[in-house]
Amino acid sequence: MTALTGGFADPAIQSAQGFRVLMQAMARPGTIHDLALAVPPAPLGRAAGTVALLLADPTTPLHLAQGHDAIRDWLAFHAGCPLVGPDRAALALGRWDDLLPLDRFAIGLPDYPDRSATLIVALDRLEAQGARLTGPGIRDQVSLSLPDIAPFRANRALFPMGLDFILTCGDRIACLPRSTVVEDA
Amino acid sequence: MSDYNFAYLDEQTKRMIRRAILKALAIPGYQVPFASREMPMPYGWGTGGVQLTAACLVPDDRLKVIDQGADDTTNAVSIRAFFQRTAGVAVTTATTQATVIQTRHRIPETPLTDGQILIYQVPIPEPLRFLEPRETETRRMHALEEYGLMHVKLYEDIARHGQIATSYAYPVKVEGRYVMDPSPIPKFDNPKLSDNPAIQLFGAGREQRIYALPPWTQVVSLDFDDHPFVASKADHACDLCGARDSYLDEVVTDDVGSRMFVCSDTDHCTTRRDAGHTGRLAEVAA
Repeated sequence: MTALTGGFADPAIQSAQGFRVLMQAMARPGTIHDLALAVPPAPLGRAAGTVALLLADPTTPLHLAQGHDAIRDWLAFHAGCPLVGPDRAALALGRWDDLLPLDRFAIGLPDYPDRSATLIVALDRLEAQGARLTGPGIRDQVSLSLPDIAPFRANRALFPMGLDFILTCGDRIACLPRSTVVEDA
Repeated sequence: MSDYNFAYLDEQTKRMIRRAILKALAIPGYQVPFASREMPMPYGWGTGGVQLTAACLVPDDRLKVIDQGADDTTNAVSIRAFFQRTAGVAVTTATTQATVIQTRHRIPETPLTDGQILIYQVPIPEPLRFLEPRETETRRMHALEEYGLMHVKLYEDIARHGQIATSYAYPVKVEGRYVMDPSPIPKFDNPKLSDNPAIQLFGAGREQRIYALPPWTQVVSLDFDDHPFVASKADHACDLCGARDSYLDEVVTDDVGSRMFVCSDTDHCTTRRDAGHTGRLAEVAA
């Protein structure tokens, strides 16, 4: 395993297929999808690595909270994204505990709420049980295991500003955009 | 396949559009700016929708393209051929068979299903634009939820015409927050925007904006308690298939005032006629 391997074998097709999964996940918050097209170096999970390659490029400053040389080199070769501090990041990648506190990230402006960070979070567990999610994209409600409740509730209170989360665990992802209302089960 | 990259656009452009789509889905009804590209067709021919379609397509998609409900008009035919050539995807005219539907100014009559993606071509994405020409001001009005001006416009309709005369591009409010232009669909289609199981994406190429409605999003047409929203259509049945519940086009058939009404959705009309339904002029047309 080197920094040069583990990217998309067929970039145009695989990024199209990967994005469709990611878009379905973002459009239907809390639903769990399989997404494992890239093979990033450990300890980065395959889903997190795939999402990074789908979204990151030289125009998107990325904050790497999980600071491993191997991951840095892999992102530099396959995505070419500048690595920056949390305050300037369009994307952030790392384990939940390493990404805290969340108020370091850009939440957008009242006139431009889209200028906010997207956090790609590595979790040890991602299952369809736990916190109750409602909001746009959710027909009635869905359940999702979240690492915490309060930060997501505080994030929802900022709407239409706020952060968007792409939660990953191994080969699986689920999304939690700012529009989703999070409650204790 | 051709010498083009899959679905025409280069990968970096598609990534930029995809990031905008994700933000648009996260903030339903909000217009996300994006770096719209020149496409090999003029502005006004659906360059926004084409760029969204290019960013969303996968090789095993079945694409349907409609223009005012019709699969066989110039705009629809040329966009369909464009993606057949540059993406090698299968195409269809059947709403039920399509995985991705690009549309100009209609929502298909056949209810959409979970997993389908409806992509709208949008000329002017800003619902407040003809009330306030400055982009800086309309941005601030959206930020402050300052939508009184829009209600004044609808009220002036009532004052002048006795009813809300706006019949297409009828403004809606998304999840109680953003007022959104649903693109110039007839207001007959507005109720289909809400609680739709499909993902709805809106692309304005010249104006460089993308916005979206995730599935099951609440979309309410603006109105007043004493002048409630009415999804109106021509008070006729389709002269070819007899449908009374579909949106109709009025077609002048000669120079002495004869006219007929036909379904605007050609797939809906064809499917009904194949099933044996007939309208007033079905035999003449055959």
